[in-house]
Amino acid sequence: MDAGLDKVDAIWEKEVAIVDGIDISGPWNRMFEQRVVWEYTPELIDKVAALPGAESFSWCYQCAKCVPVCPVDMVGDYGPRKLYRKAQTGVDLFTSDDLWLCTTCMNCVRVCKKVVDMVKIMPAVREQAVLDGFVPEELQKAFEDTAKYGNPLGQSQRKRAAWTKKSDVPVPIMKDLKRPVDVLWYVGSYPSYHPRGIDAALAAARIFHALGVDYGILGREEKDDGDSQRLAGETGLFEMLAEHNISMFEKYEWNLMVVTGPHEYNAFKKEYKQRFGFDRPIQHYTQFLADRLDDLKPLLKHEVPLKVTFHDPCYLGRHHGEYDAPRALLQAIPGLELIEMGRCRENGYCCGGGGGGMWLDSFTQNHTVMRLSERRVLEAAAYGAEVLAVACPFEVSRFEDAAKSTGNDQLRVLDILELLDMSMRGVSA
Amino acid sequence: MNIVVAIKHVPSTADELELNDDGTNLDFDEVDFVLNEFDEHAIEQAVLVKEAAGGEVTVVGVDVIEELDGVLHTALAKGADKAAKIVGDIEPPINSHTHARWLADAIGEMGPDLVLTGVQAVDDLDGQIGPMLAAHLDMPYVGVVTGVSASNGSVTVHKEYPGGVMAEFEVSLPAVIGVQAAEKPPRYAPISKIRQMAKSAEIEEIDADEDFEYEGCELRQMAKPVSAGHAEMLEGDAEEVAEKIIALLEDRGLL
Ligand code: SF4
Ligand code: SF4
Repeated sequence: MDAGLDKVDAIWEKEVAIVDGIDISGPWNRMFEQRVVWEYTPELIDKVAALPGAESFSWCYQCAKCVPVCPVDMVGDYGPRKLYRKAQTGVDLFTSDDLWLCTTCMNCVRVCKKVVDMVKIMPAVREQAVLDGFVPEELQKAFEDTAKYGNPLGQSQRKRAAWTKKSDVPVPIMKDLKRPVDVLWYVGSYPSYHPRGIDAALAAARIFHALGVDYGILGREEKDDGDSQRLAGETGLFEMLAEHNISMFEKYEWNLMVVTGPHEYNAFKKEYKQRFGFDRPIQHYTQFLADRLDDLKPLLKHEVPLKVTFHDPCYLGRHHGEYDAPRALLQAIPGLELIEMGRCRENGYCCGGGGGGMWLDSFTQNHTVMRLSERRVLEAAAYGAEVLAVACPFEVSRFEDAAKSTGNDQLRVLDILELLDMSMRGVSA
Repeated sequence: MNIVVAIKHVPSTADELELNDDGTNLDFDEVDFVLNEFDEHAIEQAVLVKEAAGGEVTVVGVDVIEELDGVLHTALAKGADKAAKIVGDIEPPINSHTHARWLADAIGEMGPDLVLTGVQAVDDLDGQIGPMLAAHLDMPYVGVVTGVSASNGSVTVHKEYPGGVMAEFEVSLPAVIGVQAAEKPPRYAPISKIRQMAKSAEIEEIDADEDFEYEGCELRQMAKPVSAGHAEMLEGDAEEVAEKIIALLEDRGLL
């Protein structure tokens, strides 16, 4: 129902006015009415703002700073300003397809003077939509798989450590180690199951081994962090996974947790802490390795003579302010030339995988002219990069597919872990 | 309308299936169990009928590995009203005859107007639960159904035949229906609702008649299929692969 349109008609009617038998019809009559914007119902805005966490939706004053920085708007028609305006004109965000397009990349929040916070608004509204039974089919499958198997890829929980069999260095599993370790490495779902994610996990294992890190992984005791599911509206699933993971983290003794993915980093460092009081030292692998650069550098013996550009993961960069560690690692690789894209660091583009986007590919495609990952790959190619380096397990497969679909097969997509490993071992990818 | 859904907990095929040592069945300690996919549709269809025609939905299954509660809580979160599990000294595998016997004993007591069940299940793939339930309960059966609507005293069901022919049956109640697919894809049960159910819902326990023993046929051997041939992957860049293809064709006398 379009609540606003009736009002528009009513206002147009005012243009026709006959006063004391004199026809004074004309657009000027509208000046005697309130401006159109006042005529719209605030109900649908209030409906969003009434949800805990989504209050800031109603603070928008339509300045539009958020629109040009929104990665979805760049390939479609989006942004907080537009969502607010649509709500004024009768679009109910709870049932609109718009609800599922935001990747929670946080670029709008960065520039918004009113701190309209989509990173909180989206999960709040989506949670209600999920409870009311509005879930895009693809996303529903990812939710169900995560609930059943502990990972959104729908792979067996029992096989979570199967990738370690491919490793040429030992990958210790906590349950077998039966002793405290220095570092607990939370591997994550995509590095455990996705073929290209496994490549990064194997590289990480070799690097940790070469550095002599005393570490262990949880193996079959590890489950997905659940944060992207939470951002996509499945708070209950997130809580269930968080309770499981925290009980596993607490089962063993360790000093520092290292995570492969920025989403997991956000989950443990922020959400598990705020909601469950889990407060332990955590680092993303780029931070962990950058701190050990003095030990790492001598291992990087071989040149990797490639022109590399780096895609800042939203949940490492904007969400946690870490821009330097990944760059320090790339610059430590001999022969490697690091070039920056226009949209980098604070204004970095988004791969489209965050906030549930990872599991909404076809859905989002119906609302955008190209995938966000394709937009990004075109940018990397335009800068003449030979390699698009990433530091988030969501991104490798997204960008590789995008490189192919945009005809940029020459552009290789590699995790920083893989590039370090190449330099360590002297093999080319 | 009193609707009962008979469900089955079956081995998950997301796992690579391991066989037991004597090769007579799966190694049930090494597989996870999930709800039979067709039963998910039966539950959805039951809830749809309830929403359209009113009534009550009870979901019942045999608790094969003592992990059925989660499945039942999910069904309740999706809109079922009651849940029951058949318990006893039970260990997998339970063949479909025993399954049907126990389910029929339990369902008979519930006085159903309509019994829905998945048309088949991955564990035995014989599609017999529905027909056997109907036989035990002395009710009519229609299987491979893709939609059920209820009116006074009967249900109309749709069935799709090969070659694109559709049939519509009117089935007098009580009846057993084997569901191939619900009218709509199974709805999503938010985990928070499932967890609420886990806290508040009561699951009725029904004792299995453990004396019942089916001796009709016995599974003698289960094995993984032996692959007849294998594909040869040609590796290398385009030039190299092209050369290999030419060599191969020459080798077979085709060039
Ligand atoms: S930047 Fe903030 S205040 Fe301005 S239009 Fe966007 S959401 Fe509204
Ligand atoms: S969080 Fe990102 S994708 Fe969502 S509206 Fe803001 S800029 Fe757009």
